[in-house]
Order: sequence, then structure tokens, then C-alpha cells
Amino acid sequence: MSTSKTRERGAAIDIRDATKRYGKFTALDNVSLHIEPGEFMTLLGPSGSGKTTTLNVVAGFTDLTAGDLSVGGESIVGVPAHKRNIGVVFQHYALFPHMTVGKNVAYPLTLRGVEKGERERRVKAALDMVKMADFAHRYPSELSGGQQQRVALARAIVFDPPLLLMDEPLGALDKKLREWLQLEIKRIHRELGTTFVYVTHDQEEALVLSDRIAVFNQGRIEQIGTGRQLYDEPATLFVGKFIGESTTLRGKAETSGDETGLTIAGQKIVAKEKLAGGETPVILLRPEKLSLAAAKAPITNGQNSLAGQVSEAIYLGSGSKYQVVLRDGSIAVVRSSLEAKPFTIGDEVDLRWSVEDSKLLADDDRADMTLT
Amino acid sequence: MNQTIDTTTAGGSDPRPAGRAASEPRRWRLADYPSLLTVPAILLLIAAMAYPLLTIVLRSFSEPEWSLQNYVWFFSTPVNLTVLARTFSISAWVTIVCVIAAYPYAYLMTTVGPRMRLVLIMCVLVPFWVSGVVRTLAWVILLQDSGVINSTLKAIGFSSIRLIRTQTGVVIGMAQVLLPFMILPLYSVMRGIDLRLVQAARSLGARPALAFLQVYLPLSLPGVFAGAIIVFILSLGFYITPALLGGPRSTMLSTLVQSQVLSLLNWGRGGTMGVVLLVSTFVLLAVAAPLMRQRHKQASRS
Ligand SMILES: Nc1ncnc2c1ncn2[C@@H]1O[C@H](COP(=O)(O)OP(=O)(O)OP(=O)(O)O)[C@@H](O)[C@H]1O
Ligand SMILES: [Mg+2]
Repeated sequence: MSTSKTRERGAAIDIRDATKRYGKFTALDNVSLHIEPGEFMTLLGPSGSGKTTTLNVVAGFTDLTAGDLSVGGESIVGVPAHKRNIGVVFQHYALFPHMTVGKNVAYPLTLRGVEKGERERRVKAALDMVKMADFAHRYPSELSGGQQQRVALARAIVFDPPLLLMDEPLGALDKKLREWLQLEIKRIHRELGTTFVYVTHDQEEALVLSDRIAVFNQGRIEQIGTGRQLYDEPATLFVGKFIGESTTLRGKAETSGDETGLTIAGQKIVAKEKLAGGETPVILLRPEKLSLAAAKAPITNGQNSLAGQVSEAIYLGSGSKYQVVLRDGSIAVVRSSLEAKPFTIGDEVDLRWSVEDSKLLADDDRADMTLT
Repeated sequence: MNQTIDTTTAGGSDPRPAGRAASEPRRWRLADYPSLLTVPAILLLIAAMAYPLLTIVLRSFSEPEWSLQNYVWFFSTPVNLTVLARTFSISAWVTIVCVIAAYPYAYLMTTVGPRMRLVLIMCVLVPFWVSGVVRTLAWVILLQDSGVINSTLKAIGFSSIRLIRTQTGVVIGMAQVLLPFMILPLYSVMRGIDLRLVQAARSLGARPALAFLQVYLPLSLPGVFAGAIIVFILSLGFYITPALLGGPRSTMLSTLVQSQVLSLLNWGRGGTMGVVLLVSTFVLLAVAAPLMRQRHKQASRS
């Protein structure tokens, strides 16, 4: 199958100004999301941020309070779940316990009146795709969690839906199995060309799998972008803190020209950015952009420096990771390469980074929600 | 099973080399013999069930003398066979009525919130606290020719129907008394059914009715069978309700037993009827058992 051909099998999704309220509680707040045909889109966010609600709205299990939803260019608001032709994989597998694996996978085909020969061929093909063909005669209770989830995946793709929704499908599995199944899911996505919408609260999983990631927080989308965009150019403090490791610095701010200066415990640092106004600036730093130098070592031009003390030093094989307590009590996370000079706990150090690497963001107390 | 109950580490079923256990004198522990805990129940069953049952079986063969006379009498007297058949058909009707009435009720119990569920459970259990005689007399008041149901029917312009002293009346009364035995096992099975399975079926293309028939219903069948068997067997031996609500055309076997034993003091014939009922029940259970054996395990909500 050529790429252009397989891409045609995926459907575009358009969610516009979707709002879902439960009584006074707003589970989805004006969410808009466009997903390209054949794209792997991950909905990422902490618990209770509205990921499952979004998926349920697309699947047809939940009605929107307001807004529009279209799949493949046609609005499907009000279309019942069983007429949507969308594959769904649940975290809890949801295999029918009274049917064998083969019957489970054949179920959507039986409902569609596919005749026996064709049905058996497609069940076999779907089970082959998830490498479960030898288990067709088993009952779900006779399979491990990972095997059950692969069968559930086969059942959701066997009727060739143009869109596949997955709600934390690997959430109940151990790390090794999860990592292996992530690669399997990626392969299946490539082979099918179906549009995948994947829910997780594991940012690493999101980075491994996705073409693009939509970061949810409190019923809203904070940012949509590739993993790299979210990591390098977070739009909000929440996104910056949720994706990857980071250090946030707060202090007395002053703007001059295009630069913003922050004074932290008497030391001044700068960022080559400024905020629209009215907002309290915060500087976000990525651990690999930071380096450590012995206290009071000479500074090269264009570098920021903050004094601190090493409170944790971890050898990682490929390099080292440090925690540094700064003068104002905040903690910085630093990753250094093997070549860098090693430090030990208690060392007085200077935290150094290039002025360009200071990412200036608006402070936001919603970003300090518990991160999972 | 043993492994999970046995809390001692050096138990008899320990597969490790038994060097230490063999050299040390082992103290006797109740935990090593969990089956001993069933002794009181077994003693009670022997005293209350096995002994009387054995007596009845013996007397059915031995009175007035040792022979098959009572059984010959039972099967050669048409009225006995009619009543036996009626006992089974009334029990079957009661079971059907109970399934139909209990299924939606039990389903409702699984879908409502905890407070409403408590109310529903109370509605099931309250009749248990009222004696069977009182409940049956209440049905007499409702069902009799000048009773509430008939006067209501007349008031809205229908002709009255005979309910009291008919099989219909007996079935209605018995079904009401036995309904809890249907609802409770059904509820306990339905509570374990993962409703998200129905959602999964819908996402795969099943209309709501089809999702129910092909996913929910099969998973609830163990509860239906369990409840049906309890209700059916209890119905077979029902005495008070058929005696008070029924007439001569709705006599059940227990009434015949009663008249043989208490009125005619014929323990042999009464015992025979009991044995026939018992054996036919076992035969029925043996036929029904394969229906209930299922290979899959119960779906759970975990
Ligand atoms: N039926 C409902 N009635 C009331 N509130 C609901 C209902 N369903 C979901 N919510 C609320 O909506 C919010 C979003 O829920 P949702 O299931 O979408 O979260 P999520 O992002 O999937 O979280 P998780 O990672 O824990 O699965 C939660 O605060 C939840 O309590
Ligand atoms: Mg969820």
C-alpha cells in the first residue's frame, strides 16, 4: 500500500468550541482540536483534565453541552455511537468474557453482516497484526493483560474504522510490556494509516507515540504541537512543567527593551523575551541547557549565573544529574555530559546557562496542580 | 484453596524439603484443618435434614408393610399424577413470572445511586419481615371476588375476573412471596457485570437492544439460573399460599401430603409423595446443570 493510499483511510476530525458540563462542573471548556487524516494525536494531561470526556464525546458515549464535532468532514453531533464506525480501545480491555478471542474479534463483522469466509479471513488478518492468531480459541479470562489488550486492539481495527480511539490502553500494564506495546501500536498505526487518537497521562508515552500532542488541563487545551515544540517552546508554564523535566525561577522582574530581567536573591538574570504585560514572568529552564561551574568561576558573555549548592548528585551512565538548591530556596535540575567536571553533594557551585535558553512564561498557579 | 487459607508457613502442603518440619513435633492447629469449621453445620444438617429424610424414605417403603405398595398406589391414582404435574406447572409459572418481574428490578438496582439502591433493597427485604400467612391473607383481600382488584376493574367499566381459588391467583401470590429469592441472586450477578462492555459493543456497531441481548443478557444468565432454581424448588414445596389462595383445582402436592399425613395419618403415602417430589426435582436439576456450566469467568468491574 502506498503512503498516499493508506492516508486516505484515515478520517480528519474537527472539534469546535466543544463544551461539556455536568451540572455546574465544566469538564470540557471550549475545546477546539483539528486532527489530520492518518495523524497520531495524543491527548495528554493530568487526571481529571477532560481527556476521557473528549474521547467519549467523539465515540458517541457522551453528548456535548455545546459545540460541534465532525469526522471526515461531516458533523456527527447526535449520531448514536453504534452508527459512528469508530474503533475504541478501553483501558480495561472490555473484551466480552462469554466469547472466545475469535468471536470477540468477529463481533463487529457479524454485526455488519460480513459473510463467513470473508469474516474469518479478516479476523485472522487482524489477529495476525497484533500477533495473537494462535489464541483465537481461548477465552479472555485465559489471557494475560497485555494479550487481552492486543485482542481488544484487533477487535477495534478489524472493521477498518477510519478512526481509532484509545483511552490509556496500556495504563494497567507493567513498564516493559508497555514499552513493547507502544512500538507495536506505532507499527500498526503506520501499517493501517488510520487516524489514531490516544489518551495518556504519561508524557514519555506521548512523546514516543505521537505525531502531535494536545496538552489538557482543567478541561481546556493548553497547547497543541509536536513533542519537540511542546518541549522547546511551551506556550504556558503548565505545558513547560508537564512535559519533561524543568526548573522554574521566580523573582523581581523588570523589562528593558526586548529583554526581561529577574532578580533572584540579589543576583540578576535575563531572558531575551518579554511578556505582553500585566503578567508575572517566570523563567523555565531545561536540565540539559544548564551547566555547573565551580563557584565564582569567570563568566563568558551572554551567560546567566546563579549561585547554589549541590543537594543531590546522580550518576546516570550517559552523564550525571544534579539537584542544586539556589539562594532563594528553589531547586534546579541539571543534566551534564560525561566530559563535564563532576561535583559532589555539598559543593558550592554556579548554575550557568545561555541567555537565549531562558524561556520566559507567564506565571500561573494552575500550573502547580498535582502532576501525574 | 488450601494454600490461601493456610496461614502457617510450615503447613502440611508446603512443597519445600520437610527436614525441619519432620524433626520438630508439630503443634495441632485449627488453621491446618479449615474443613473442621464446617462440623457444626454438618451436625445440624444431619439432625435436621438427613435423619427425618431417611425416616420418611423408610416409611414410604415400610408402611403398612415392606413393599412398593405406596408407589404403586401413587402412580396408579390419576389425581396424584394430575396434582404432581400441576405442582410442576405452577412452579414453572411462578418462576417465569419471577424472572420477568425481577429482571428489570434487579437491573434498576445496579444503575441507581447508592441511596436509591438502599430503598430498592429495603422494598425487596421488607416482605421477609412479615409472616407468610399475613402476606397471603393480604392477597386474599386483594384478589377475592369483592376485593380491591375486582372493584377497581368494575369501577373503570371492566367485568370482574375470578382470581381467588384459581391457579392464576396462586401463581400471583407465590410469585410475590418468592420474588426476593429471584431479585437477590440476579442483582448480585448483575452488579458484577461491567456496563462498559455494553458501551464497547455499541462502539463496535451494536444497536442498544442488540448490545443488551448479545452482551448483557448472556452475562446475567448465571443469576437468572441461580434465582430460577431457588424459586422453582421453593415453589414445589409451597404450602400456605396455595392452601389459602387456591381452590380444589389448584391443589399442589404439599396439600396432598398434608392431608395424607395429618388427616389420614398415612405416613407411608405421605412419605411416598415427598420422595417422588424429591426425586423429580433432582432429575430436573441434573437436566438443567449443563445449561449453567460456563467456561468463562464472570466479568468484573475491576
Ligand atoms: N458522568 C460524570 N458526572 C460528573 N462529572 C464527571 C462525569 N464524568 C466525568 N466527570 C468529571 O469530568 C472531569 C474530567 O473527567 P475525565 O474522565 O475526562 O478525566 P481524564 O482526563 O480522563 O482523567 P484520568 O486521567 O483520571 O482518566 C473529572 O473531574 C470528572 O470528575
Ligand atoms: Mg480518563
